[in-house]
Amino acid sequence: MKKEVKVPSLGESITEATVSNILKTSGSYVEMDEEIIELETDKVNQTINAPESGVLTVNVKVDDVVKVGQVLGEIDTEAKGPKKEEQPKEEVKREKPKEEPEKKLQSGAKIRETEEDFLQSIGSEQKEEAKEKPVEQKKESKNEKRTRMSKLRRVIAQKLVEVKNQTAMLTTFNEVDMKEIIDFRKNEQESFQKKHGVKLGFMSFFIKAAVKALEQYPEINGYIEGEEIVVRKYYNIGVAVGTEKGLMVPVINDCDKKSFAEIEKELKVFAEKAREGSLSIDSLQGGGFTISNGGVYGSMLSTPILNPPQSGILGMHAIQKRAVVIEDEIVIRPMMYLALSYDHRIVDGKEAIGFLVQMKNYLEDPVRQLVDS
Amino acid sequence: MRDYQVAVIGAGPGGYVAAIKASQLGLKTVCIEKRKTLGGTCLNVGCIPSKCLLHSSELFFQSKYHFSHHGIDTPNVHFDFSKMQTRKNEVVKSFVQGIDFLFKKNKVEHIEGYAKLVDPYTIEVEGKKVTADNIILATGSEPIELDFLKFDEKKVVSSTGALELSSIPKKMAIVGAGIIGVELGSVFSRLGASVEFVEFLDRICPTFDKDISDAAYKVFTKQGMKFSLSHKVTSAKVDNEQVFLQVEGAKKTKELQADTVLVAIGRKPNSSHLGLEKVGIQRTEKGFIRVNDCFQTNYPHIFAIGDVIGGQMLAHKASEEGICVVEFIKGTTLKLSYVAIPSVAYTYPEIASVGFMEKVLQEKNIPYKSFSFPMKANSRAKCTGQEEGFVKVLGHKTDKTLLGVHIIAANASELIGEAAVAIQKKMTIDELANTPHAHPTLSEAIKEASLGAFDKPLHL
Repeated sequence: MKKEVKVPSLGESITEATVSNILKTSGSYVEMDEEIIELETDKVNQTINAPESGVLTVNVKVDDVVKVGQVLGEIDTEAKGPKKEEQPKEEVKREKPKEEPEKKLQSGAKIRETEEDFLQSIGSEQKEEAKEKPVEQKKESKNEKRTRMSKLRRVIAQKLVEVKNQTAMLTTFNEVDMKEIIDFRKNEQESFQKKHGVKLGFMSFFIKAAVKALEQYPEINGYIEGEEIVVRKYYNIGVAVGTEKGLMVPVINDCDKKSFAEIEKELKVFAEKAREGSLSIDSLQGGGFTISNGGVYGSMLSTPILNPPQSGILGMHAIQKRAVVIEDEIVIRPMMYLALSYDHRIVDGKEAIGFLVQMKNYLEDPVRQLVDS
Repeated sequence: MRDYQVAVIGAGPGGYVAAIKASQLGLKTVCIEKRKTLGGTCLNVGCIPSKCLLHSSELFFQSKYHFSHHGIDTPNVHFDFSKMQTRKNEVVKSFVQGIDFLFKKNKVEHIEGYAKLVDPYTIEVEGKKVTADNIILATGSEPIELDFLKFDEKKVVSSTGALELSSIPKKMAIVGAGIIGVELGSVFSRLGASVEFVEFLDRICPTFDKDISDAAYKVFTKQGMKFSLSHKVTSAKVDNEQVFLQVEGAKKTKELQADTVLVAIGRKPNSSHLGLEKVGIQRTEKGFIRVNDCFQTNYPHIFAIGDVIGGQMLAHKASEEGICVVEFIKGTTLKLSYVAIPSVAYTYPEIASVGFMEKVLQEKNIPYKSFSFPMKANSRAKCTGQEEGFVKVLGHKTDKTLLGVHIIAANASELIGEAAVAIQKKMTIDELANTPHAHPTLSEAIKEASLGAFDKPLHL
């Protein structure tokens, strides 16, 4: 029996990927679950594992752009030993199950390629080539070093510009006094760790505060689709993590239903996986709102860029002791600036500002507002 | 449970290929054909018999007029037309039997008779009913007749009758200087008939580019064929011996007398006796069956392919469509790029083209570059003495994608193959120009023309 190896679902916004590495060549014998092909998307590298044990035939080559559902190759489960002749492609087709004729009504497929189709197809290739070629052709000078952008980098570049062009993005700021959270962590850390086996970090406070603020300002947890505004009734928060290959944003689902400890545990797993480069594409999908912490690198203030189709992203920054006025007295407090970038098409300034003010309130009074609730 | 998974109506190059492929893919298949023999127009009364006579007549013509250039004296060359016809008939016979054999080998069932749809899943063949899950209509086309000049297939002939003539007419008039007209005109002209064309348009072979048409006009005229362009036949008189055509041009009217008149003004779809109205299958005003991008009629399980859906009426187009439909029934989507379908006239020199016509590119405002390389500068053509014609390539001005190759030259029908591959794969002109071509071959002209489009040819 032959088992097809297909490009798995890569999540909501991803329809194609690039073959970045072929780990097992045609004709080799692979064990079930062995890694055979590596795919690169704009979000992550995904390895494809063998669905069965058998002799592998790979139909794609490195740098091929493949679509979700496309057959990358097949595994002949009956063949034993390392070598067997490649089966002609027709054989694969023959095994497809017979469809009932009634079911395949006007499938939307297009067999007949007209002159217009031809011209359109060469038009697109032309544009892509025009973009890529000049970079390759220019010679490196003594004062400059040129390297070709990776597929990941190119896609990131393209996506970032698209966000700027396709949304009405702007940023609002506030600041938060972190004293309460710092004190709480200091006092509770030991017992929290003992009880849950994980450190209580700052991030779980911000996630919980964001969820509560999002509940009050649901548009920020929404997105535009066509002429409709879709508001998510779930609270999936993406947390930006820097890795060697670039920024990754794993998503913690249903944060409203999770405890601080559960969130911290998930964050820990994600951080480890991100460092190893083994984050699955699934874990990067479905976010409704993102939190990005530039503070770990020392940033005082920044304007984060939205992660479409989301409408809001919170920027956390470095905590610095500053002189602030509290009840008419100048005191030293550990302060952090907060930034919220939002899509002004569906979020108005009043809501965005209100959201940040709420976050500030929650974070400055964490025990009553967050931990107790 | 229906009798068959696939029923194909028509066993021409569209239908028989679809039937064999369907069976090969494991579908229980029947092919229904009205003719006693399989193969449709192409094998019985079209491509195959005409190519037999074209080759026989060209050999005669060459031996009579061209052998002497090579130092071969052939003072008394004669031909026996009945033997040419017998040979042709034998070739046709062996081909149609070959399809019988292929049907048996591939377990395609064959029913002889006229098919008629009685409901969307049932076909009646002369009283007998068969049912099928999928139906492929591949009924082809037939020559268009002039109202005032009905085919008797003796003096007023269609292409079918012309291929069956028992003797060479002294004077032959051909209405329509398209591919079929000039091919059959070439046959009879080479064998001694005085051939005159009446063409409504201002050029011959209008499905090819204008410069190709013009070049063909010059060569054919030199070979002795006459053309009345921008003329039309307005009336006709047929007596026992001859046919008199009233021919009208912009300025004057004349009478054209001929022993035989071939009417080759196009073909019309065979779609009127299939019971299509009864089951409600839509047709265009001209009678072509309407299909969507997957060859589906308004019933998703009833498909139509080939001449009966219109487009270029070519055997290989029908075959490719048939294969696509069968694959689609099996759940596979094979794309068929119409731009990559070549078209050929088997005259001397042959004419072949694939891709866009220059006129179409102009109409669509596609920026392109064109280069023509003359066969005179091709070494192989020089050796054989077949120096007529040229190869023209068209490439996209900015991305250099090969957009068209148009050839008028000896063996153009074979030369066009590489161009079709290049267009199918959307290659650039540079890729074609950088492909090694054997020397000395006619195909080098394609390489040279490709070099010329954006750079310089080497041998000009």
